[in-house]
Amino acid sequence: MRRLVFAFVALLLCTAPIAAQDVTAPNEAEIDGRTETISKTLRCVVCQNQSIYDSNAPLAEDMRKLVKKRVEAGDSDDQVREYLRDRYGDYVLMSPPLQTNTILLWAGPAILILLGGFWFLLRLRGQPAAQKVDLTDEERARIATALNDKGGST
Amino acid sequence: MTWSRLAPVGVFFVLIVFLAIGLTRDPSVIPTEMIDREMPSFELTELRDESVLLSNQDLVGQVTLVNVFGSWCVACLQEHPTLMDLSRDGTVKIVGVNWRDDRQDALDWLTKHGDPYDAIVFDAESDLVIEIGVTGAPETFVLDASGRIRFKQIGPITPDVWRKVIRPVIDAIEQEATSAS
Amino acid sequence: MLAEIGQIALIIALLISGLQGWMGLQGAHQNDRRAMIFADRAAIAQAVLCILAFALLAHAFMVSDFSVKLVASNSHTSKPLIYKFSGTWGNHEGSMLLWVMIMALFGAAMVWFGKTLPSGLRARAIAIQGLTTTGFLAFLIFTSNPFERLSPIPENGVGLNPLLQDPGLAIHPPFLYLGYVGFSVAFSFAVAALIEGRVDAMWARWIRPWVLLAWSFLTIGIVLGSVWAYYELGWGGWWFWDPVENVSFMPWIAGTALLHSTLVAQARGSFIRWTLLLAITTFSLSLVGTFIVRSGVLTSVHAFAVDPDRGIFILALLILATGGALTLYALRSGKIEHGASFDLESREAGLVLNNILLIVATATVFLGTFYPLVIDALTGDKITVGPPYFERTFAPIMSLLIVFMAVAPLMKWREDNWQRIRKTLIVMGAIAVLLTIAVMVFGKTTFGALGMGLAAWLLVGTFANYGRKLRIGERKSNIGNLLKRFSLLPGATHGFALAHLGLAVCTVGIVAMGVWSDEEVDRLKLGESISVAGYEFTLESVDRAQGPNFISEAGRVVIEQSGRQVAVLNPEQRMYPVERNNTTEGAMDVGALRILYAAKGEGNAEEGWVVSVYYHPLVIWIWIGALMMAVGGFASVADRRHAFARKTSPSSSAQPVAAE
Repeated sequence: MRRLVFAFVALLLCTAPIAAQDVTAPNEAEIDGRTETISKTLRCVVCQNQSIYDSNAPLAEDMRKLVKKRVEAGDSDDQVREYLRDRYGDYVLMSPPLQTNTILLWAGPAILILLGGFWFLLRLRGQPAAQKVDLTDEERARIATALNDKGGST
Repeated sequence: MTWSRLAPVGVFFVLIVFLAIGLTRDPSVIPTEMIDREMPSFELTELRDESVLLSNQDLVGQVTLVNVFGSWCVACLQEHPTLMDLSRDGTVKIVGVNWRDDRQDALDWLTKHGDPYDAIVFDAESDLVIEIGVTGAPETFVLDASGRIRFKQIGPITPDVWRKVIRPVIDAIEQEATSAS
Repeated sequence: MLAEIGQIALIIALLISGLQGWMGLQGAHQNDRRAMIFADRAAIAQAVLCILAFALLAHAFMVSDFSVKLVASNSHTSKPLIYKFSGTWGNHEGSMLLWVMIMALFGAAMVWFGKTLPSGLRARAIAIQGLTTTGFLAFLIFTSNPFERLSPIPENGVGLNPLLQDPGLAIHPPFLYLGYVGFSVAFSFAVAALIEGRVDAMWARWIRPWVLLAWSFLTIGIVLGSVWAYYELGWGGWWFWDPVENVSFMPWIAGTALLHSTLVAQARGSFIRWTLLLAITTFSLSLVGTFIVRSGVLTSVHAFAVDPDRGIFILALLILATGGALTLYALRSGKIEHGASFDLESREAGLVLNNILLIVATATVFLGTFYPLVIDALTGDKITVGPPYFERTFAPIMSLLIVFMAVAPLMKWREDNWQRIRKTLIVMGAIAVLLTIAVMVFGKTTFGALGMGLAAWLLVGTFANYGRKLRIGERKSNIGNLLKRFSLLPGATHGFALAHLGLAVCTVGIVAMGVWSDEEVDRLKLGESISVAGYEFTLESVDRAQGPNFISEAGRVVIEQSGRQVAVLNPEQRMYPVERNNTTEGAMDVGALRILYAAKGEGNAEEGWVVSVYYHPLVIWIWIGALMMAVGGFASVADRRHAFARKTSPSSSAQPVAAE
């Protein structure tokens, strides 16, 4: 009986490292998923405007492998991107980071909309006041006759 | 004349200036991030002898050209005669990085066209090449005696490029070394 | 011999178009009828010559005349005939000739359909059209001669890039150019009007059908490009924000603003300046597009062979045409009176917002596309502005646009009141909110839900407006006379409804693709399978076969859902021995609600093949919605009220209402 319990406990203990692996290390699917997401945000430097995820180029393939390696090593998404940016410069990022030379790029659309909005309001305000003319009864009558008259002039 | 009528023409001519400047530049050539940085550490086999391991330590000691090439690279053939001349004259140490190649193909190519290299790093999976930000072949890095990257040449080294671009860089490095010591 | 005739035809066309410009302007200036008639005749002669030149080039391609350098560098005897023909424009020189021919044809059309225009305006417009064509003919003859000979004559040609040997890509350029070049008519009319010094509601009315036509063609052209990219490039993307795509999109957005501007201009006499500027800008964006594609200034998968010399020439054309037009605008637009005033709550206000948002959208795409160039020129830094930038900036602007475009048509001109349409707005809002919540709960997404809510808002608003025009629900309206009322509605009303509904449909497709599409990649040996979105794809076999000018390796992929077979796909890899190039032909099962897509890459029996499978929900709604917009545009052109559909009462010598 004791031997049985001992065997059982030993078996349980054997499963501990497997369980620990599941809990602490990211699993296969998660690694692939993150590799894919990150790869889509990195530019293939030997292609005409593709991400390393979309490209068939050999260098793109090697970069994907590098991304996967870094994800497995525990880097965060930003750290992986920074790794490549460190070696290739801003060019390798599909979306330029917000920094001095890209402020105008990111702020541009918002500034344009605000300018457009201001212009719109100014345009409305600056118009000559609409002449709201009140028609006299006589004028109303004349209009009514003209509309009813089928043989009206062109 | 109100500015709202002049603005479109004004904006347009600013655009034209940029488009014209754009005509003089090549958007796919990116400058290197590696200037004044140490050659990153690596450990890869020698192309000609698999049992020999090369590392960044092998690039220290004297001014070195690190030349990325491949048997598949057409433009590399353009610069090969220049590299052969340089190796014959013993002007500078030339280390090759055989990128994404088949070992036998590369060896055959060297037999056919000549082998100017003091050592050749076999980098089949872009391990070293990505570390130094390579975007194509041929590309050549100029390292000083301490193993620091001082210059990167994108494209083939023609005799002109050697004389007007790379030689001056090497001279400047050597000047610096002698005045420092 | 024939190639020389083609070359001579082009040279004569160049001379004639120059004369067309000169005589047209002179004639209008001095009211010399004979000179103006000369310009008309010149326009037609020029069109005939350009058609002749194009036909001769196409002939050279179809009979594989390799003594013509262009044919030798872009064709091969083994190509199927249809691709020999479309290969005529599958290269820089040939496509430029296509461009020039279309421009000349539009010039001739201006003569045929412009009989009711005042002769002065017409002569000037035809003259400007002639001058623009002169510029492009010069470009063609001096830097991009399609008829250059090659000696010695090679045995066979180099072949056509396999990517271009495809029906979708064959007709994509003609439609695109009909759009791009079609906007040259509005441009010519704008410049002519500025020269005259008289621009008013009648002018807007005349250019409207031309704008609608060009816009509709451009819409189709862009859709064709998107569909082609989707099934050809092997990973099911339908838009990449690639610089060349962007430069085709910008004239489209600006063209949309232009066409709404003409609406206000012709109805209310206001927005004249907007319309002028937009007419000039839209065509200029087409010119910038041509420049980008052919000069190597921006990297793109689309670019033709890079040649900075050609870039310089096109830049010169741009400076003359756009620079000239905008300078003229600066000098002459002061004479144009402001239009009638309008309230905040009015249709005009809605359309001003529409214009502003569309122009901001154009500017945003422009900013993103050209920013790398500007930074490179200023600092030498290289950055990439990719899809993430455009998605984050363009989407919010379009969302705002959709909010307003559902409401503005419901408002009256000049002044109106929210209260009047309060009930309609509440219904629209309620349906939109309900749908948003439903999608959030069942689709588990916030952005997707908001997107769908927007589409619903637009859909209901458009139906409300259309229903109102059809007088549904009013007294005396019943099913019986519905058909009659339907046929009595002007084309522009059907056009508006179709186009706005089209955008709603398109939005639904875009949102669905953005939120719920899914993909998987794996290496499969025979018999193995891979799953996505509940569909199981099994690779049953891989076979080799011989095509007309390629060898194909096709896989047989069976798709099952819950055990039942849904479809069998045959994704291929084609190897073209002549061009030494491979293409991946993805295979699709097309359904109204989703496309299932499979692509097969390289591999062998031992290691298996790389198979990618995709689930794309509602993707064809994107293109159907866009095509609805194009059909709506054509429906509006066919509107009875347009000047060239029927002769209108003012004779050609009538004075347009002068605005000063």
